[in-house]
Amino acid sequence: MYRSLFPRDLFAELDRLQQEMQQAFDQSPGIRGFGRGGYPALNVGGTPSSVEIYAFAPGLNPGAIDVNLDRGVLTIAGERQPSLPNGDEKTTVHANERFTGRFRRVVSLPDDVDPNAISANYSDGVLRVSIQRRAEAQPRRIEVQ
Amino acid sequence: MNAITQTNESKLQSRQEPALWPPVDVIEDSTGITLYADLPGVPRDKLSLRVEGDTLNIEGEVALALPKDMEANHAEVHLARYRRAFLLTKELDADKVNAELSQGVLRVRIPKAEHAQPRKIAVNVA
Repeated sequence: MYRSLFPRDLFAELDRLQQEMQQAFDQSPGIRGFGRGGYPALNVGGTPSSVEIYAFAPGLNPGAIDVNLDRGVLTIAGERQPSLPNGDEKTTVHANERFTGRFRRVVSLPDDVDPNAISANYSDGVLRVSIQRRAEAQPRRIEVQ
Repeated sequence: MNAITQTNESKLQSRQEPALWPPVDVIEDSTGITLYADLPGVPRDKLSLRVEGDTLNIEGEVALALPKDMEANHAEVHLARYRRAFLLTKELDADKVNAELSQGVLRVRIPKAEHAQPRKIAVNVA
């Protein structure tokens, strides 16, 4: 985050303007924050029988991803190793935009999910967590006697 | 003639389609440049890496297995395409580009041409 060093700094002013615009247009964040623009980016969807979470987390070792479900809160955590050299070689880093380090993202799940029916798959750098909804919460037709 | 204009038009249309800007790391050493790009969700067959003139074009399409009746509740990745282009300089050898894609991370190695690599010049004592 760019901090203003001089009060009349043009870039700091632009940055502040952008933040104000964002606050004016975005909805209020939940208690666990926006997390927008974080790593991994999350897409969440639902079907009548399941809740689907896609975490765009490229370049991880699948064994090192920690997926936890505790009282209706799903946590995806882990660490991403840097690809940059240690700096002892004669190298120049021209761009360093990719995320490195520890990450943790949290999703509140709806009440009708079954904590025992959860599966997680990692392919092409996307972690897909699929949680089934409880059978008793499924819509069903009631026979009229 | 007609075919040429058509390909140009379709090329123009694909250029105009909005796409995500993947984050990259670019590291240069004495023998070449290594580029890493995050392209999560792009399988090998949906990745296109092209050198056109002095431009390196990276384009990838996200292929996710979505359930048929899914409704999206929240989306941070809202486009299914990544695109980014890089201008290559003369000393890079565009014919020897080497690339691999692993778990959504593309690694591209562009070596420097032989004549552009540093070499030690022996000084003869007369």
